[in-house]
Amino acid sequence: MQQPEITIFTCIYCGYMAADTAGALRIQYPPTTKLISFPCTGKLDVRYILEAFEKGADGVMVVACPIGNCHHIHGNIQATRRVQYAKKLLDEIGLGGERVEIFYMSGGQGGTFANAVNTMVERLRKLGPNPLRNGRKG
Amino acid sequence: MPQVKGSVLVVGGGVAGIRAASDLAAAGFKVYLLDKESAIGGRMAQLDKTFPTNDCAMCILSPWLVEVERNLNIEIITGAELVNLEGEPGHFVATIFRKPRYVDESKCTSCGDCARVCPISLPDDYEGGLSQRKAIYKRYPQAVPNAYAVEKEGVAPCRDACPAGQRAQGYIALIREGRYHDALRVIKEDNPFPSVCGRTCHHPCEGHCNRRYIDEPINIMALKRFVVDYVYTHGPYEPPKPVPRTRPQKVAIVGAGPAGLTAARDLVLMGYGVTVFEALPVAGGMMRVAIPEHRLPKAILQRDIDEIMALGVELRLNTPIRNPEKLLQEGYDAVFLAVGVSGDRRLNIEGEDLEGVIPALKFLREVNLGWRHKVGRRVAVIGGGITAIDAAAVSVRLGSEKVYLMYRRTREELPAYRWELEEVAKEGVELLEGVAVTKILGKDGKVAGVECVRVRTVTEGGQERRVPIPGTEFTLEVDAVIKAIGQLSDLSFLEPPYDKLYGDLETLQTQIPGIFAGSGIVPGTNFIIHAVALGHKAARMIDRYLQGLPLKEEQKSRKVVRWTKEQALKLVEEGKVRPAPRAEPQLIPLDERKTTFREMVLPLSEEQARAEAERCLQCGICSECLECIYACQAQAVTRETHEEREQTIKLEVGAVVLAPGYKPFDPSILEEYGYGRFPNVVTSIQFERLLSASGPTEGHVIRPSDGQKAKRIAWLQCIGSRDKERDYCSSACCMYATKQAVMAKEHEPDTFCQIFLMDMRAFGKGYMAYFNRAREEYGIVYTRSRVSALVEDPRTKDVLVRYQENGELKEDRFDLVVLSVGMEIPEDVKELAKRLGVKVNEYGFVENSLFDPLGTGREGVFASGVFSGPKDIPSSVVEGSAAAGSVGELLAQARGSEVAIPVYPPEIDVRGQEPRIGVFVCHCGSNIAGFLDVEAVTEYARTLPGVVYATHNLYTCSQDTQELIKQAIKEYNLNRVVVASCTPRTHEPLFQDTIRQAGLNPFLFEMANIRDQCSWVHSHNWKDATEKAKDLVRMSVARAARLEPLYTIDVPVRKSALVIGGGVAGMTAALSLARQGFPVHLVERDKELGGNLRRIYYTLEGDDPQAFLKKLVAEVTSNPLITVHLNTRVIEHSGFAGNFFSLLEGPDGQRFHLEHGVTIVATGGMENKPKSYLYGQHPAVFTQQELEERLARGEIFSGPVVMIQCADELADKYCSGICCTQALKNALKLRELSPDLPIYILHRDIRVYGLRERYYTLARNKGIIFVRYDEVLKPQVEPDGEGALKVRVRDVEIGEEMELKANPLVLSTGVVPAEGTEELGKILKVPVMPEGFFWEAHIKLRPVDFASDGIFMAGVAHWPKHLDETIAQAKAAAARAATILAQDTLKVGGVVAVVSPEKCTACLTCVRVCPYNVPRIDHTLTGAGGIKGAAYIEPAQCHGCGICVAECPAKAIQLMHYRDDQIEAKVEALFEFAIQ
Repeated sequence: MQQPEITIFTCIYCGYMAADTAGALRIQYPPTTKLISFPCTGKLDVRYILEAFEKGADGVMVVACPIGNCHHIHGNIQATRRVQYAKKLLDEIGLGGERVEIFYMSGGQGGTFANAVNTMVERLRKLGPNPLRNGRKG
Repeated sequence: MPQVKGSVLVVGGGVAGIRAASDLAAAGFKVYLLDKESAIGGRMAQLDKTFPTNDCAMCILSPWLVEVERNLNIEIITGAELVNLEGEPGHFVATIFRKPRYVDESKCTSCGDCARVCPISLPDDYEGGLSQRKAIYKRYPQAVPNAYAVEKEGVAPCRDACPAGQRAQGYIALIREGRYHDALRVIKEDNPFPSVCGRTCHHPCEGHCNRRYIDEPINIMALKRFVVDYVYTHGPYEPPKPVPRTRPQKVAIVGAGPAGLTAARDLVLMGYGVTVFEALPVAGGMMRVAIPEHRLPKAILQRDIDEIMALGVELRLNTPIRNPEKLLQEGYDAVFLAVGVSGDRRLNIEGEDLEGVIPALKFLREVNLGWRHKVGRRVAVIGGGITAIDAAAVSVRLGSEKVYLMYRRTREELPAYRWELEEVAKEGVELLEGVAVTKILGKDGKVAGVECVRVRTVTEGGQERRVPIPGTEFTLEVDAVIKAIGQLSDLSFLEPPYDKLYGDLETLQTQIPGIFAGSGIVPGTNFIIHAVALGHKAARMIDRYLQGLPLKEEQKSRKVVRWTKEQALKLVEEGKVRPAPRAEPQLIPLDERKTTFREMVLPLSEEQARAEAERCLQCGICSECLECIYACQAQAVTRETHEEREQTIKLEVGAVVLAPGYKPFDPSILEEYGYGRFPNVVTSIQFERLLSASGPTEGHVIRPSDGQKAKRIAWLQCIGSRDKERDYCSSACCMYATKQAVMAKEHEPDTFCQIFLMDMRAFGKGYMAYFNRAREEYGIVYTRSRVSALVEDPRTKDVLVRYQENGELKEDRFDLVVLSVGMEIPEDVKELAKRLGVKVNEYGFVENSLFDPLGTGREGVFASGVFSGPKDIPSSVVEGSAAAGSVGELLAQARGSEVAIPVYPPEIDVRGQEPRIGVFVCHCGSNIAGFLDVEAVTEYARTLPGVVYATHNLYTCSQDTQELIKQAIKEYNLNRVVVASCTPRTHEPLFQDTIRQAGLNPFLFEMANIRDQCSWVHSHNWKDATEKAKDLVRMSVARAARLEPLYTIDVPVRKSALVIGGGVAGMTAALSLARQGFPVHLVERDKELGGNLRRIYYTLEGDDPQAFLKKLVAEVTSNPLITVHLNTRVIEHSGFAGNFFSLLEGPDGQRFHLEHGVTIVATGGMENKPKSYLYGQHPAVFTQQELEERLARGEIFSGPVVMIQCADELADKYCSGICCTQALKNALKLRELSPDLPIYILHRDIRVYGLRERYYTLARNKGIIFVRYDEVLKPQVEPDGEGALKVRVRDVEIGEEMELKANPLVLSTGVVPAEGTEELGKILKVPVMPEGFFWEAHIKLRPVDFASDGIFMAGVAHWPKHLDETIAQAKAAAARAATILAQDTLKVGGVVAVVSPEKCTACLTCVRVCPYNVPRIDHTLTGAGGIKGAAYIEPAQCHGCGICVAECPAKAIQLMHYRDDQIEAKVEALFEFAIQ
């Protein structure tokens, strides 16, 4: 298959900055990764995750601040719960809960960000493309 | 008493200065920010990453720089130095000396076209000299001001020496680059006779060339000829075109010599009509008739003349003018008499009028005009100048058998050039030196010989005279005598009274207005280049005359770069210049010379010319070739800007903040490290640049010697610190070296990194954890050894490091060695201190008291940053704010008196409009455009729905692009803007402000990050990176289409502060705020003020802390604006910046409310009580603080005192930073009390930093014994049974175990936060770090702010720190608080959560999940289904996290700017590609 298409939800703090740092360090990772950010991963709605899969994402990553370092105190914990819930839903509909994952890192950890992407890419390659993408380009 | 000024001068644009400037501006003061460089940013701008967060230095600094640049109340003055300060606090007059930028900052678009054409390269100081930059440059890509600058040292001596101001350095630089056409352009601009002056010029330029001190001057004349000959022979050559006539006036020029033709050309170029009248049948004047063909072929001269004519000059030959005034009557508006020196001097000897005696010029003229073909068989030429040589050489060529050159003085005094004399000698001319002709003998009225006598020179009354030597008379047989003894002006050709005309020396105007006179009438123009200069001047004067301007020109003096011999030779010594022979042109063969008039000297070969040009020393730096002005399309650099001069500015200010920063120590003076000789030994600054992705190697850590990857890197610490000459620690080097090693590993994980150091000084917040990670996770090797010398393997250029470890001598080989250089105060700063009366120590650091860390000894002048002692970035930032606080105290009454308020146009109402989106795609230089197809992305953006305009720009963040964005908004009626560039984290506010300036609501903006998250991370994948950039732009456009304007509301600010904690930090902050005019509630839970300071009895520096405390308490309690609440705690804290509400509990449990605009947390910390080393079990074991108390009580100790550092469990977690100092303090006190007492300090590292290092030195000198123990082999302690203790410790430096008796044993333990810190954190809803101290918003750049606006911290509550650091931070917190309290209203709202009550079921989910306790049920609202009550979220309190939004089961809440439809639009757009 092609590189799996991954939608990444991040907060505007650590998650977004970690991605920026990977950039500043010129750490390469696959280009089939697109970031969507909001003020806190606590804002992450399960709907967004499901919508990404519905539209054709092979996987979804949530990148949050390290537990304990959330800029909004416990937004990342809320996000963790929602990712767990999304996993359950994905398992139920047979898409597979492994297609979504949450990662925690601080803004300086560019390498960690790229590693997380690579981990996800590998996992999704094993899982194969999102079956909902059938009949669509990809 | 003059009025107090509301403006402040900040000297130094580094982080400290920038912070001070920003805080002052925000607090209502006008700021002048001075920097001696062309850009602000200081040293931090050179760094790659910053420890301990590994933030990219530029990424976090750049938004600050942008903010400062955009701040209406900060005026940045670059290239400037403070030279004098008069007046008094509140009203100073500062004298500023400002170097010109030579570029109009307001017009420069920073495109860099100028730098691309500049021929001058010099080592790039910003890149640590690892790469070259041009003389016109921008210090770094993100530099502020965002404009280029020219580095110009002054006028090169060659140009200065040239009467016509020929920019020799300019064309030489272009020759070196092989740009011969450009070089010719430069020559011609100053000199219309390049062909002539390249062959015959007395070239004073060469006489003044600084290179003469090193070997020989540059052969400037030969280079000039080379250019001319090269361009005319190689082409492509385009003759000049006629210049359009733009002015109505006509000018007549009498005489077609070099002066007349130069003036003619200049005037024609100015747009005047010009006619040149020449009596002779040929043009060229003396150049044509006096210079022989073999020196200047006529065809070549004609070429220069033809070019002048081609511009549109009218030439009338054979037209003598007898009456110049008639020309005026004939309709010429001005006349220039450029008639030359044609009169001859007389010898006044017998026989002078015989046939065959001929003046040299007449002789040469006749030959040149073809009227004469011979002179005589035997010829005597009298004279020794160039004309004499020419006459002799021409005589030879005309076939004379014998030619004598008869000169009265010696060969050495002969004015002609030596080589010319030698050459005519080869041609057979005989020089008779020291000979005077006394009589010309005749026969039949013709010359038959000369009578001569030898003479000697005598000096009488200062006058030289030549006296015949009796008996030396002799006779020579000659049949021609040529007199070459000088010329006179001759105006006899003019009708009376015009033969009496003379031109004014300064204005050239004669007695008749409109008639100007040049050569011959104004004396002193004896060489061609003088005539050219005169022609230029005549043209300028005539132009002024015709424009009705005063003729006298303003004289602008300029610095000439004249070196001394020592200066020049120093360059050779430093290896910067290597002596090289001067290029000399070849001559044609002697036989041919003697018989023909073929040009004698051949041009330099191209190879010779390039090599000769390489010899130029570029004395002026900028060569003034003016290539930049032709390249600059924005007209930011012009002839006028190039003529800018130094300025002296006077500024009236109320106070001065000095933050001039430091310079990295220059290790080249330490020869043992081979810096400058060994290519693979670099400084830490250079290594930062090697690491930097924007540096000279694009972030590849390579060896300068061969460009190979550096796989083994060593760091040598304390280079230029902690040595005999510099008894201070530079504080930051241990950490920056650690960071550099970590980054090197991040770049290339298999790199081996070893740091050689004396002590690891990881004392700051988060430093120890970083150090531990460096050791444990990254495997960085730390070796405690001071390396005394480096050796280079001459074959491989590897560097050998010899060091001692565990008593053994070792040697290791490294690819690269980094010298961790310390901080030094530059000489100019030391001088500044002297001029200003600022007290500095022997190293130039400000000497201030522990209690007044910002003081300088001069009232109203404050110091911050490294100027008051080496420090890291956060401390500098703190001091920047603190200085702003101190200034605020001084100038409180003038706050707001000199500030401007930004004015925005009314907002355009875009509601209901269809989206009209503008997309701006950024090249980011080549950061984006080098890795993906920016044009394709732009093209693609144009096809997206809603997009009506798309373009791409070199730098979208540049000032000029901001203007373009504003124009585009107007022109295309844009109502949404998308910028596809870098990260919104740094650049969104900039663009938001820009669109607001164009009338758009700032929330109608969206950014696509196609750099950090695209071009940089997919840089090997052009196609996919381009596709991803398109995706990102499409996603942003989709969201932008759904964006709506958001509005903030103005909420009044409660202008008072709550300060929690009554220790020195709290009291200082309270007092500072009160002095700034704001009421303060100071809350202390204890029954008295003072905190830890109550237990400090003396200091290392010898101050009296108790006296200070007493004074401070008195000031606080007596200040009418401060209300002290003792025995009081904060129970509840709510609200938001500007509007906080607190509930406090006072003594006896009574509770009361306070309303305040800001909160400062200064709750302090305390000494940790150890659980080890028999503490609490043995009476002779106590802590440092307990020892201090005992000493203060007068207790005397007689037994050996042993101190154990890092004696508690905290030491493995973090370093408290102050315990080593405390141990030194107590040890020195003990020593003072008992000179013979054995004192041991057992330690891991001694972490005294900055200027405290000297006390460590002092302690060692006083016989205090320091024993280093290994952290895994801690000292063992047991009672010795005699009331004392036995301490066993292994000294790692000598590798031996020792046993010490201790009585007492003193334990240095860490500092822990005050009890209840965590609980207070919860009440304030602010974060507490795992170590228990408070978390600031950003460890590097926001060290006193909490992430929640309006709450600040100071003192040990933030991190353990010294007293002076605490005081500085307290002042900083007060300054930061004042930036809020100084406002009347604050804007709140914007990105906040909003409830739709009609959907709300009042289920309380939002109330429960909000981390800030903001939502509440408002019973006045009607909820879903008409129920009473619905959730309400106060916009001023909402932090905009959106957690409630995601949790709300009824979907009744939306987060503004991140509404579900706006986010989903992005998701949807992302996958649009799939549905094609």
